[in-house]
Amino acid sequence: MNLSEVTSVGGFFSLVPLVVFLPVLGLLINMIFGGRMSEKAIGWTASLASGATFVVAVLLATSLAGHPEAVTIPFLDWINIGTLELPWAFRVDTLSVTMMLVVGGVGTLIHIYAIGYMHEDVRHHNDPSRYRRFFVFFNLFIAMMMILVSADNYLMLFVGWEGVGLCSYLLIGFWYDKGKDGIGNALAGKKAFITNRIGDFGFLIAAFLMFQYFGSFNFDVINEMAPAVAAAAPAAVMAMTMFMLLGVTGKSAQLPLFVWLPDAMAGPTPVSALIHAATMVTAGVYLVARSFALYSLVPAAQNWVAIVGGVTALLAATIAVGQFDIKKVLAYSTVSQLGFMVAAVGMGAFTAGMFHLVTHAFFKGLLFLSSGSVIQGMERGEHHVEHDPNLKRKMKQEHGAGHFDPQDMRTMGGLRKRMKITFWVYLIGSLALGGIFPLAGFWSKDEILLESMHLHPTVYVLLTIAAFFTAFYMTRQVVMVFFGEPKSEPAAHAQESPAVMTVPLLVLAGLSTLGGLLNLPYLHTFKEWLGHTLGEAEHAVEGAVEGLAEGAAHASTAWYDLGGLDLRVALFSTVLALLAIALGWWMYTRRMEELQSLPLAKRPDDPLRKILGPVFKVFENKYWLDEIYKALLLDRYVDVANFLAQKVDWDFWHDWFHDKVLAGGFRGLTWVLAKPFDLGIIDGIANGLATGMQGLAGQMRRLQTGFVRNYALAVFLGVVVILGYLVLRMI
Amino acid sequence: MLPVTYYLALSAVLFIMGALGVLIRRNLIIMFMSIELMLNAANLAFVAFARFHQAVSGQIFVFFVMTVAAAEVAVGLALIVTLFRTRHSVDVDDVTLLNG
Amino acid sequence: MTVQLILFIILALVAVATALGMLLSRSAVYAALYLVLNFATVAVFYLLLNAPFLAVAQVTVYAGAIMVLFLFVIMLLGTEQLRRRHTLAWQQPVAIGLGIILLAETAYIVLAQRGLVSPGTTEIASITGSPTEVGFNLFMSYLLPFEITSLLLLVAMVGAVVLTREEKKK
Repeated sequence: MNLSEVTSVGGFFSLVPLVVFLPVLGLLINMIFGGRMSEKAIGWTASLASGATFVVAVLLATSLAGHPEAVTIPFLDWINIGTLELPWAFRVDTLSVTMMLVVGGVGTLIHIYAIGYMHEDVRHHNDPSRYRRFFVFFNLFIAMMMILVSADNYLMLFVGWEGVGLCSYLLIGFWYDKGKDGIGNALAGKKAFITNRIGDFGFLIAAFLMFQYFGSFNFDVINEMAPAVAAAAPAAVMAMTMFMLLGVTGKSAQLPLFVWLPDAMAGPTPVSALIHAATMVTAGVYLVARSFALYSLVPAAQNWVAIVGGVTALLAATIAVGQFDIKKVLAYSTVSQLGFMVAAVGMGAFTAGMFHLVTHAFFKGLLFLSSGSVIQGMERGEHHVEHDPNLKRKMKQEHGAGHFDPQDMRTMGGLRKRMKITFWVYLIGSLALGGIFPLAGFWSKDEILLESMHLHPTVYVLLTIAAFFTAFYMTRQVVMVFFGEPKSEPAAHAQESPAVMTVPLLVLAGLSTLGGLLNLPYLHTFKEWLGHTLGEAEHAVEGAVEGLAEGAAHASTAWYDLGGLDLRVALFSTVLALLAIALGWWMYTRRMEELQSLPLAKRPDDPLRKILGPVFKVFENKYWLDEIYKALLLDRYVDVANFLAQKVDWDFWHDWFHDKVLAGGFRGLTWVLAKPFDLGIIDGIANGLATGMQGLAGQMRRLQTGFVRNYALAVFLGVVVILGYLVLRMI
Repeated sequence: MLPVTYYLALSAVLFIMGALGVLIRRNLIIMFMSIELMLNAANLAFVAFARFHQAVSGQIFVFFVMTVAAAEVAVGLALIVTLFRTRHSVDVDDVTLLNG
Repeated sequence: MTVQLILFIILALVAVATALGMLLSRSAVYAALYLVLNFATVAVFYLLLNAPFLAVAQVTVYAGAIMVLFLFVIMLLGTEQLRRRHTLAWQQPVAIGLGIILLAETAYIVLAQRGLVSPGTTEIASITGSPTEVGFNLFMSYLLPFEITSLLLLVAMVGAVVLTREEKKK
């Protein structure tokens, strides 16, 4: 479709390249002129670029509302090799625009929040010059994410995929000279990058397979050809989807590659909110949804995706229970929620997965930003304490001389009085995450649970338990942070954040509250909206559902059916969540208070430690997964690398092969060539010739007697001989 | 009229004697005279053949040879005189500068 | 045995004898005188061969001018005899040997008479060798070579003068 056809479609479709170019423009302005701009100007330029992107996304959405079919906007020729013609084309359909809206909308709010947050953060870390860099990276991330979601083919998607990976790396290591031993943050960035590379390897293999079997990377072409290819080569499609799953586990932090995400919290909190909660990590979910045509054809692969998602959801939720770092809890919560999404898209509930993606972007973005607000509140409190000698002395008595960690929940408490706005929005986010009616999380999570009950009972069980843990750890966090008495002097003197930070929080809180309206029972606005893109897949799944579960086929008449909302599932999960909240509330208020009576030495920092005992230890240490990976993979890898470097490369290759065989052999050869051959034979010939000539000349010179008569005799001899010859001829 | 071979034989004998004079004698002047003898032997053969072939060209050639001989003697004797001035000798074996 | 043959034999003997005399005489003056006699006999042969002009020229140019020049030089330098030396003693027998071989070869050629028309059969006195005839030929057919000889003689003369001129010592 060329541009003239596009204009005939009408609407704002031709504006789509702007979603990439506006952030690029923003980052260029900040890069080139940022040195002379104030912090506010830099921040607002970046936010404006992001906001303009969001406006373009909204315009695209309005156009799509009138013309819901997918539109492809070719931009320029990209790769033309042989039969492969790959234009740089933007795809505008309901799925991509949904992602654009999320990235643009949540991204803009986080940009604005970051104006305030980074202002303090760069001062807290004593390097205000990095303020500009942060927003350049942030805009770059928006541009890359937009490339990812607006791609028309898998290769262009991969460009965005790698681009966001790069931005993630850059921003995790934003304070690259900070962290443990001064390189902790840099190591975290490296870990994220390398882990992602394993996933990217899977993505690439999948893309290669696609090119081999489809001859194209284009979504439309692959969707069309998929059934035929699946019939001809089912193993190939299976391999494609499984390798793609590897890519998804890398980018979306699923088992076994999720280990990088908790470490990624080393980046500034807005980064965690935007990249590692709301947008980039959902790229994997988006990828699976994008490839619905492929996944619908291989149930085995779908099963694997669902299992991976379910197990990750439960595992990460249990780990979150044992964490004390406020951001780590949220990080594991993100992994867990991503598990929900992956499980959903895995079993074919694409709409549910995407719906949860959107609502999760709202409330997890909100939670991260709020946690950032909490952390900075604590830092402000610490600052206050530092400047008050009395308080400082008191704090030293209570906590020792060690460094104060503003992210440790054990030092918080009672913040609800000091940070009112943050408390309320945090509470809304937590309830939304916990899945409490009528907040956004309730609707989306419930839809996933409902679909999984029909499609994959095992995953349903896993997810339900995970949902219970979710509600529990969020209650634990809220109680530890906001309720009770301040457990440290900084907490007692924490201060609320400025408006530039709280306003985005309030907006996100509103979205988290009302996000469920997108896809209410009976209306299913979102489902219809995405149906234009994912329609076939959803119908296929629904057909399968009806075929599989006979009871569900009569759902419309059953008492518990509320137009796509199963009252049984909803009630059960809500009750479970409430139960978890109640348990958490009891545990961290009453039980905690009871434990306070114990002597300091025996007093546990967490009541669960006493109840669960070693199990809590397992949670706290993340099942020792990092250690297991280290022991099983990293150390082995290092061993192999050492072996290769020391034994193979150095000892064998360098010492033996190069030094002994090559150099030694060469030396020997050169000796042979130099001494016996060159000096002996070549020089011998040359010198022999020379001396021979000399000798010969010495003999010959005696012929030159200098006597004229001698020469005359020679002439005479010649005459005699020639005449003799003639005479002999005559005879 | 005698057969031409008689004259040719005599010419050959005289020529060989001239050649031997060049080879044997050390006196430059005598060597030079031997060369004149060889030229004369050749002249005799020319004239004999002129008579034999009834062509006067042979005699013309002898005339030219005489002229050349005269010029040669003039230059040759001048050389000998110059040589004698530097070496005080007309012994050809004293002049061995070409000795290798 | 005609008169001509007798005359030829006598003259030939004289010629060979004088040549030998020149070859063997130790004194340069003797050698020169032998050579004059030799040239004179050759002049007689020219007369026998119908070349009177050449015979006269032989006597005047060779026996007269050239040999006088030789004698002048000999006397000028005062080197009638050389001291006895034994340089290149081996050359003398080798040269004689080679001379004998050459004589044998020419003898074979002459006696075998290959490539020669049988002599003595034709006696046509078509050429006289008279000064008229020679002069006519010289100035008609051989005018250019004749003129070049004049140049040659001039060069020889100048050359002789230049070579014998004493370098002025400065």
